[in-house]
Amino acid sequence: MTADTRTGGQADCNRRDFLAAVAGGLVLTVRPRVRLTAQSPDSLPGTGPSGRLWDPARAGRPLDPVTTADNDAVIQAIEKQLHCTCGCNLDVYTCRTTDFTCTVSPAMHQHVVGLAKQGMTGQQIIDQFVREHGVAILMAPPKRGFNLAGYFVPSLLIVAAGVALTLVLRRRVRTAAVDAVPARPLAAAGTPEELERLRGELDRLSV
Amino acid sequence: MTLLGNLALWLALLVGIWGALAGFVGGLKDRPDLARSARHAVFAMCGSLLVAVVSLEWALFQHDFNVEYVAAYTSRNLPIFYTWSALYAGQKGSLLFWATVLSLFGSLALVLTPRHHRALLPHVAGVVSLVAAFFISVMLFGHANPFQRLPYTPLDGNGLNPQLQNPGMVFHPPMLYLGYISITIPFAFAIAALLSKRLDTDWLVAIRKWTLLSWLFLSIGICLGMWWAYVELGWGGYWAWDPVENASLLPWLTMTAFLHSVMIQEKRGMLKKWNLALIIGSWLLSIFGTFITRSGVISSVHSFTQSSVGYFFLAFLIVSGVASFALYANRLPLLTAEARLESMVSREASFLFNNLLFIGIAFSVLWGTLFPILSELVQGTKITVGPPFFNQVNIPLGLALLALTGIGPLIAWRRASVPNLQRQFAVPGTVGAFTALILLVAGMRDLYAVIAMALGGFVLGTVGQEFARGARARHRQYGEGYALALGRLLARNRRRYGGYIVHTGIVILFVAFAGMAFKTETEASLRPGESASIRSPYGWTYRLTHLGISQYDALNRQVTAATLEVSRDGKRLGVLTTEKRQHVDALGRPTFQPSTEVGIRSDLREDLYIVLGGVVNGTEQAVFRFTINPLVWWVWYGGMIIALGGLIVMWPGGGGPAVKRAEAGYSVRLVGEP
Repeated sequence: MTADTRTGGQADCNRRDFLAAVAGGLVLTVRPRVRLTAQSPDSLPGTGPSGRLWDPARAGRPLDPVTTADNDAVIQAIEKQLHCTCGCNLDVYTCRTTDFTCTVSPAMHQHVVGLAKQGMTGQQIIDQFVREHGVAILMAPPKRGFNLAGYFVPSLLIVAAGVALTLVLRRRVRTAAVDAVPARPLAAAGTPEELERLRGELDRLSV
Repeated sequence: MTLLGNLALWLALLVGIWGALAGFVGGLKDRPDLARSARHAVFAMCGSLLVAVVSLEWALFQHDFNVEYVAAYTSRNLPIFYTWSALYAGQKGSLLFWATVLSLFGSLALVLTPRHHRALLPHVAGVVSLVAAFFISVMLFGHANPFQRLPYTPLDGNGLNPQLQNPGMVFHPPMLYLGYISITIPFAFAIAALLSKRLDTDWLVAIRKWTLLSWLFLSIGICLGMWWAYVELGWGGYWAWDPVENASLLPWLTMTAFLHSVMIQEKRGMLKKWNLALIIGSWLLSIFGTFITRSGVISSVHSFTQSSVGYFFLAFLIVSGVASFALYANRLPLLTAEARLESMVSREASFLFNNLLFIGIAFSVLWGTLFPILSELVQGTKITVGPPFFNQVNIPLGLALLALTGIGPLIAWRRASVPNLQRQFAVPGTVGAFTALILLVAGMRDLYAVIAMALGGFVLGTVGQEFARGARARHRQYGEGYALALGRLLARNRRRYGGYIVHTGIVILFVAFAGMAFKTETEASLRPGESASIRSPYGWTYRLTHLGISQYDALNRQVTAATLEVSRDGKRLGVLTTEKRQHVDALGRPTFQPSTEVGIRSDLREDLYIVLGGVVNGTEQAVFRFTINPLVWWVWYGGMIIALGGLIVMWPGGGGPAVKRAEAGYSVRLVGEP
């Protein structure tokens, strides 16, 4: 629709424009009304060191400021080995820095930090978690007992299959060589250069 | 419309059962009338299921919240785009989508398959009808009917999970479904070949496009899934070895193995048993993936809610697996190779080892996915098998596979001579070694990353050499310019050179995966005006200044947006926004927990990835996580290149092997070539 039609000038509105305008009007009427909300002045950027939000509940669960321990590489490394028990399938560190609605991973993080403050080493902290929650708390099972099967069965099977495949193929290659009837050349054999060229050409043409 | 949808489902079930009976009996008794009836049954089933889909979409767009599915997955203020995709957002709708697409693919297979494969088609119709009928029966008898009504009508629906309200989620699930579903067509041809005892290469020719299509859909679906996980889930990665992710990878691995090994059967008449087993296995893995996603047997972020549907799939998986392999075992004597391996140093042998690795990786992924269940059965204790386990087991296997990607094309068919090997490996080997040297001199010390990138160089050397030699040969033979020669080389040998393009995409993916070894992240709580810094692995430093937080309402959500100014080594780059979204229904009631919208600044080298965690004490002091993810765009580019290569391979025309040989003056016929 042109400016003229809106300002009441010469109407050059064709049927298509008219229908489009009607359809647009209908959509605007039918579509859910967007709730317009006024922001309180202190939520605007730059008006204060940390003004209050108009509706803090919309920003999710309130969080505590980040501490040095939250960014501690040792703490993070420990937490990456621990499974969050909220059902997310993530490690504690990833869960607490991703799913900010989760209350389990922050609590586990605090527990890790608390144990570290008591002077425990990384392994001692992990052992403590295992004592409290069982081995399911680890992101990867410990390499002992039946768990060794988890780590090594695929590799061992692949190696065994590779060895078996090699042996079978070697035997078949030998059998094929013995079975092969030497073909009587119908014509003079090509020179090594010609044969090599033919092989290369066939290889090039292969799909 | 729901009544119509229900009727359509029942009709489709009855027609599907008839189609299965008519197809199998018509094929086994050689009855053309029954074969024709089975064909028509597949078309009729497709029509009925399309009516059911239209009925469900109608209910979704009409906001008929008396329909339980509509109330569970949509709301009045859900954008139209996502209202459409709600069709497959839930368990019940996705089952309908699956059955419909399967019947559509089945119809296309029956129509598009050339006449000389006609003897296989009654069985194909039978298998497609049987599988589709199973899916319909799950809907009708497994409490998964998408047209089920509620005893009351809610004012508004629950809305769609915010994490599904992303363009990636509109395309990712259907792509994966299409991949899973289309595997049924090669499987149907394999069963048809076994039943009819037509076990020459005929059935392979008939399924060539279908296997590529399945593989392409799976590849695109997996890449889109990675993209969605990266931009939507907010954990800063794209692959977490989640059971459902693994379930999508399994058939992709076996299909990729098949696409390689089938070349040996087509060219040499070998590996007949293996190829049949791969197709049957791929299909069973696609059903296994469906079982994993829908049963709740393994916890996953992707799963549908736990329901009795899982038992149906488990039973179907066992019955169809036993039946398929029993038939396969019965036909083994007919599956004799027409040629023998002549040398251990040959393309055939390298493909066999490549297959061994593909299947080995598939097994190790399956093993890791199921190990928690196995452990609980054996030890009585539940354990967690997460990314550290999968990385430890699969990274070496993946690197070995990458090496074979480069080695395979360098070895001649039948037998490779020592001079030939020397000539072939010289350039790629040098490129690989040079790449490793540069990386080590540049200070890269992560062993796996160096190996991955060096092998990437080796594979690219192989691909480059193949293209260069081919183009040079055309230039010499036909006098074509190099650009034209390269274009024609690709056009005339789409399968081979399209495959090399896929290999290039794989290399780019591996390099991207290696890049994630250098990921860095930090958390900070910032008041407006405060800044935090994060150092990139490339050596520069990003400075991020919190500008403030704004709150506003959008169509179906209440947004809390934090804006940060980004500068790198003192140079201003722009602003980034990251959000918390509280989704609401049309009545303004919160529908889900607040979700996070990530702020991402990308370039070819790295992504700056910012997540708004929340606010402190209801003020503008906000908690952020800043992550630098190197080479993430390489994943998306790698995926695009793989898709491009796949499309080139699939593109019709280009001439078959016979044409190429005739072009060169050879009169050699391939095994099974008409």
